[in-house]
Amino acid sequence: MTTTYPILSIVTFLPLVGALLIMLFARSGDDQEGSIKLSKALALIFSVATFIASLSIFCYYDPNNSGMQLVEHYVWMPSYNIAYIKGIDGISLWFVLISTFLTPICILSAIGGVKKRVKEFMIALLVLETMMVGMFTALDFVLFYLFFEGVLIPMYLIIGVWGGEKRTYAAYKFFLYTFLGSVLMLAAIFAMVLQLGTTDMTAMMGNKFAMPMAKWLWLAFFASFAVKTPMWPFHTWLPFAHVEAPTAGSVILAGVLLKMGGYGFIRVSLQMLPEASHYFAPLVMILSLIAIVYTSLVALVQTDMKKLIAYSSVAHMGFVTLGIFSMNQAGLDGAMIVMISHAFVSGALFLCVGVVYDRLHTREIARYGGMANNMPHYALVFMIFMLGSVGLPGTSGFVGEFLSMQGAYLANSAYAFVAATGVILGAAYMLWLYRRLFYGPLEKDDVKAMPDLNCREYAMFVPLIVFVFWIGIYPSTFRNMFAPTTAKLIEDVSAPAVSAAKVKP
Amino acid sequence: MNDAQSVMIVMPEIVMAIFGMLLLVAGAFCGNRAAKQVGYLAILGFTVTAFVMLCPGRLDHLEGGSVAAFGFHNMFVDDGFARFMKMLMLIAAGGSIMLSWSYMKQENLERFEYPVLILFATLGMMLMVSASDMLSLYVGLELQSLPLYVLAAFRRDDARSSEAGLKYFVLGALSSGLILYGISLIYGYAGTTDFVNLGYALREAAPPPIGILIGMVFICAALAFKVAAVPFHMWTPDVYEGAPTPVTAFFASAPKLAALALLVRLLMQPFSGMIHQWEQIIVFISVASMVLGCFAGLVQSNIKRLLAYSSIANIGFALAGLAAESKPGILGLLIYLAVYFANTLGAFGVVLCLRKNGKMVEKVDDLAGLAKSNPVLALAMAIFMFSMAGVPPFAGFFGKYFVFLAAAQSHLMPLAIIGLLSSVVSAFYYLRVIKVMYFDELREPIDPLPDWGVKTVITLGAVYMLLFTISPAAIIGHASEAVRSFLGG
Repeated sequence: MTTTYPILSIVTFLPLVGALLIMLFARSGDDQEGSIKLSKALALIFSVATFIASLSIFCYYDPNNSGMQLVEHYVWMPSYNIAYIKGIDGISLWFVLISTFLTPICILSAIGGVKKRVKEFMIALLVLETMMVGMFTALDFVLFYLFFEGVLIPMYLIIGVWGGEKRTYAAYKFFLYTFLGSVLMLAAIFAMVLQLGTTDMTAMMGNKFAMPMAKWLWLAFFASFAVKTPMWPFHTWLPFAHVEAPTAGSVILAGVLLKMGGYGFIRVSLQMLPEASHYFAPLVMILSLIAIVYTSLVALVQTDMKKLIAYSSVAHMGFVTLGIFSMNQAGLDGAMIVMISHAFVSGALFLCVGVVYDRLHTREIARYGGMANNMPHYALVFMIFMLGSVGLPGTSGFVGEFLSMQGAYLANSAYAFVAATGVILGAAYMLWLYRRLFYGPLEKDDVKAMPDLNCREYAMFVPLIVFVFWIGIYPSTFRNMFAPTTAKLIEDVSAPAVSAAKVKP
Repeated sequence: MNDAQSVMIVMPEIVMAIFGMLLLVAGAFCGNRAAKQVGYLAILGFTVTAFVMLCPGRLDHLEGGSVAAFGFHNMFVDDGFARFMKMLMLIAAGGSIMLSWSYMKQENLERFEYPVLILFATLGMMLMVSASDMLSLYVGLELQSLPLYVLAAFRRDDARSSEAGLKYFVLGALSSGLILYGISLIYGYAGTTDFVNLGYALREAAPPPIGILIGMVFICAALAFKVAAVPFHMWTPDVYEGAPTPVTAFFASAPKLAALALLVRLLMQPFSGMIHQWEQIIVFISVASMVLGCFAGLVQSNIKRLLAYSSIANIGFALAGLAAESKPGILGLLIYLAVYFANTLGAFGVVLCLRKNGKMVEKVDDLAGLAKSNPVLALAMAIFMFSMAGVPPFAGFFGKYFVFLAAAQSHLMPLAIIGLLSSVVSAFYYLRVIKVMYFDELREPIDPLPDWGVKTVITLGAVYMLLFTISPAAIIGHASEAVRSFLGG
């Protein structure tokens, strides 16, 4: 099916329109309460509208077509061959939907959780949504870079303005780390643009860059995506950013921003630089394994809930990169499912932390305990997501980890063995966390006094629970949408020898 | 080329000079009461000059289709490049006058000389970018410099301002001396001061005579003084800090545009035969300015000093386009400058709003909590800072993108990478400004905002930073035309 209207641009810029409306109409001067209410309402309306609009992408999308769809092409800077090109394939489709799906949930959580400068927070979240969707749908490198970097601005402010005690440090570290990686990517973009004379990403996917230049390009992109994913040892900004960020910021950070790295690896490293990806695949896989095992061990000793979940994110992202660089269909599909599942599960876990943090204002695990007694609903919800994170069969985590380990096994059986120990460690730290939070005696008075989930919180969690089970029980709904694209991708990528032979004479 | 045609070629400058003299007379008769009216008239003068300059019929009768019109026996040239730069300088000068109104009123500095001096300095700059002979170059340069010395010391009763004026004068005079010495060497060895003939002479004589080489180095050094490029940057932070803030805003914009334009014209036209000689100089100056500007800015606590180092770094980035010594490089440089001047004017506009209990404050920490007390102002400053740091989606990113893309194209990838990395370092201090505004608690709110002049400049600047991204084609189109008329092709 084709559309006559630019649906991708609508989805991208609808949140920005909402942000502008909030900026214009929710004037804080005269009526403080009213302006806060109005900005909350506008933010929710626009984010839900964006989600509904994004569902129409889903309807127009043809899963059997492995190429770019719904392509929009406008002249932007013709003298530099830079154009405004947007389009999606099976890979970006899911990330767009995740972004539009999680933003309303974050806004719901922020409606209760954010107390100061509510209006600005809503604006920042909506701008962030525009940047995320824009990044996943961009098919022009300048546009891609613009959104990729543009994400930093609202996120820097979200961490810095609404964050915890050490927010300034965390915000700086987040910004500068990512910015440093990104400028190296920009240098690589220069080199690629100069070779092809265009910034069109589809043209670059068709044109496989030759070694040894490809190696340098690959490393420059790696600098950017490895920081963003994050991969060990470039992950050190993440625990700080997560711990200091407000709940909604953490959810978006874990749910979508980390996926930008994985998406970049697939879109750029794999599709544009397949030979270099083959060359560096062992390196990435070993780093992924270190990430899986090492960060799981680190997660075991955390005393801060958010930090623990942050480290678990790094471990899960290890499965993603492991799957991507096993360079076979199972691995890539696994990486995709892990990313989709992780967006729901870790986003939900951060929301869960936010629920008790809003009530008790501490993230210390030791301050809680025995909550299964007075908050049974919350305990159940938390358990579902905890098991999703552990990768229990029937939940979303299992499918992805299984496939990505299968892919790793096909690449090298030893890798799969090490990765499997990571799964066990994952179960250990998550179950232990659950035990410390929910079981044991309910002793502390302030913990006793906490009320169970309210309607707003149910509204946040129920859709997420649905997806955790949906992916776990019937992953084909999701896989069928991207499998043709990944199959085509793997076919393209695994024929570097052929393309090299073609170039030679 | 007869004299009547020559007059048509310099018509914009003539109009501007007439305006300047009329304003001087008007000011002398009405005194300082009319300072603001003289300012309005100066802006009117800039507008009329711009219209005359861009008037489509003005150059029609000249050698059909020629893109560059030479007048007064090759002393003066009018081409797209000059017009592009003049347009930027006129806007910058007008903006600087608008920025000055409230400041001058509050500091009891309302004197009619201020707009007149700016007008004459701008006239000098216009002559500089249109110079096509060493002599007209020097005359233009001096006409530009003398009013600037006076402007730096405009607060006569303030020690820091007088110090700034003196420093600027001594170092400026030194650089004028250097340039004059360079010119004399070149004339001695090449036998001509005319850019066109000099270009022919140098292209034929390879390798160039040593005297010309030395002369060229002297001229480069002197112009590096004027644009405040490392290692000739030492005066910048002191002068920026000491001079009255509207004057600093002017210093950071228009004169830099003029000196850079002059440098570009000199190196790309008469000295284009000596590319291998000057390339290394420009690459060094560019790298040194980027690195020093980005690192030294880290430790500044005074926002005017911080912006001074930022301007040093920005000149380094712009020079990367010149170092590329190619058409895309110059195009990148022009786009960079077109973004930079508005960015810097806007940032100084915000600095001009920082007034507590009737006194100007200049510490970065004085911005604390600005996002709470003046959200719109803070947003504008955040836009300017992100743009200067080169973070998309703001215009500053595109400036850097085009400049470094051109550098990479000319096999200067290391230069591009150093530039990109130093922009990360500079992001640290730009972020600090934003951090102070947004993260820190409000201590003492700033006084109510000044008059519409400052507000207009800030608003236009911030909107421009965003609009450029949405619709860059117009600026890029004009800049490409300028490059085409200048370098052919």
